[in-house]
Amino acid sequence: MTRYLACALYMILLYGFIFLPVGVLVLFSFQDGRFPIPPFQGFSLRWHREVLGDGDLMAALGNSLLVAVASSLVALTLGFLAARAFATARLPGVTALRGALMAPLSVSYLVIGLGLLASFNLMGLSKSLWTVAAGHVVINTPLCFAICAAALGEAQVSAERAARDLGAGEFRVMTLVTAPMILPALIAAFLLSVTFSWDELIIAFLLSRFDVTLPVEIWSLLRSGLNPKTNAIGSLVFLVSALAILSFELTLARRK
Amino acid sequence: MTARIEIEKAAKLFGTSLALDSVSLTIEAGEYCVLLGPSGCGKTTLLNIIGGFADPTSGAIRIGGRDMVGVPAADRPTTTVFQDYALFPHMTLRDNVGFGLRMRGQGRAERNARANEMLELVGLTGAGDRRPAQLSGGQRQRVALARALAVQPDVLLLDEPLGALDLNLRRSMQEELKAIQSKVGATFVHVTHDQEEAMAIADRIVVMNGGRIEDVGPPERVYRAPASRFAASFLGEMNFLTGEVQGGMAATALGPLPAEGQGPVTLCLRPEHLRPDAPLGVGTAQVLETVFQGGHRRVRVSLAGMTLLAHLPLTVTAEPGQSIALGIDPEHLTVLPGGTP
Repeated sequence: MTRYLACALYMILLYGFIFLPVGVLVLFSFQDGRFPIPPFQGFSLRWHREVLGDGDLMAALGNSLLVAVASSLVALTLGFLAARAFATARLPGVTALRGALMAPLSVSYLVIGLGLLASFNLMGLSKSLWTVAAGHVVINTPLCFAICAAALGEAQVSAERAARDLGAGEFRVMTLVTAPMILPALIAAFLLSVTFSWDELIIAFLLSRFDVTLPVEIWSLLRSGLNPKTNAIGSLVFLVSALAILSFELTLARRK
Repeated sequence: MTARIEIEKAAKLFGTSLALDSVSLTIEAGEYCVLLGPSGCGKTTLLNIIGGFADPTSGAIRIGGRDMVGVPAADRPTTTVFQDYALFPHMTLRDNVGFGLRMRGQGRAERNARANEMLELVGLTGAGDRRPAQLSGGQRQRVALARALAVQPDVLLLDEPLGALDLNLRRSMQEELKAIQSKVGATFVHVTHDQEEAMAIADRIVVMNGGRIEDVGPPERVYRAPASRFAASFLGEMNFLTGEVQGGMAATALGPLPAEGQGPVTLCLRPEHLRPDAPLGVGTAQVLETVFQGGHRRVRVSLAGMTLLAHLPLTVTAEPGQSIALGIDPEHLTVLPGGTP
């Protein structure tokens, strides 16, 4: 019994530790007062209303969605194509090639951002949502590749062979056979990629200029000090991420 | 709707190992041809070369007179029933069977009608809306067959199609394959390592070993008068006797036996032809071991210093230690040149 209670207590503490910051953030976004700090002065939707009425924030939210969806689609396509190549073709130095493709997962976003900044400067490309999206493609392609590679196996290779035997060209092999066979993995990779792009600050900050994404806009809001409005927009960001992650989990669960 | 396959001196190298060693073979249009051999004998490589999944390192292959080297699988008049069936799990059976027609640009209504017809042919009438995951192994096999036949190929290739089925199912599928083949008329090339399957189904058996063809012929001829020692031992059990031929008789451990040729030979004798009631007595054997096999007794005997195998009728008792007079029918002896055992 004591043992059971100790375990339960440990679990509560652990989950509390993980969820306390988000809980506090969401709670004080409803603060009926000027500062998002205790004591809680009463429940109000004032700050949420203010966020939804803020043109800059809403424009940034739109930009973020656009960048997240577009960069994730590109990252997914590239990751899928690469995974398919590794699954079907016999490539020389396959381990090294695979490692090189996965390596960006272990490089800090700051380093990737600085590298891209320097590269775009060299190429004479000015900073825009395009460059931000390109940055997010760089960080999410390895992720999409890893998820697609895990889903592709003997069954796909053999079904592809059968499709080719029945007269399908490579494009139709991919679109009618391979992709539908691993659809849950594709959806999962896309959703995870969307959440990563949606939350990403450093690369977006370094590579954007006039049009910015939501995390960058929030960052500039924070520099003028804390207020419940930042909490409200933070809650909104969290809500979108949570929905995407939830869909990701559900997609994976349904596959099993 | 059917085509002749001509393979000329086809060789296939994988790295440094020779999977096919200069194989020449002509398969007639409308023939049911079985490539038989142990794993690694080159039969699957030969099938892949016909189907377009591999190109020969050297040599030529023609289907219906058309040169096929370098032509991808999609553009060949062949389709394949794969060993693992390779059905498309995300499609209904109707869409699986209609896939090849879809690739050929046929409209939905037309290809659905044809798919239903094909499902009927393989005994899956009305199952078009089901998915592969809902089927048993035998049913999946039928769908794979229907899918490959739907596009009316000139040549159907079957890669160990019955390997995953249990014995009874395998027997009934063998009969069905044969019936379907005579209905559709296409050339069937069937790969297996199961000699019983090969004999039951083939118009012609191609026995392969080590990348070479050991023997080609109708099942009965290959069984009764194999062209090589390997073909003799792979198609059922066989006793081998060495001998020296001179003047139409071979001197063997069992005494002089009629044989053509000259010099050292190997005489092949099927166990069912070593019997007590055969015309030419070869002596009295000691029974070493006996196994009841339903239709006959499989008996290991010691005769003239050799251990031989006999399939005795159930009317003959054969207990270990017992002596038994055995004979052979010289008509059933096959003589192969070369005496090395």
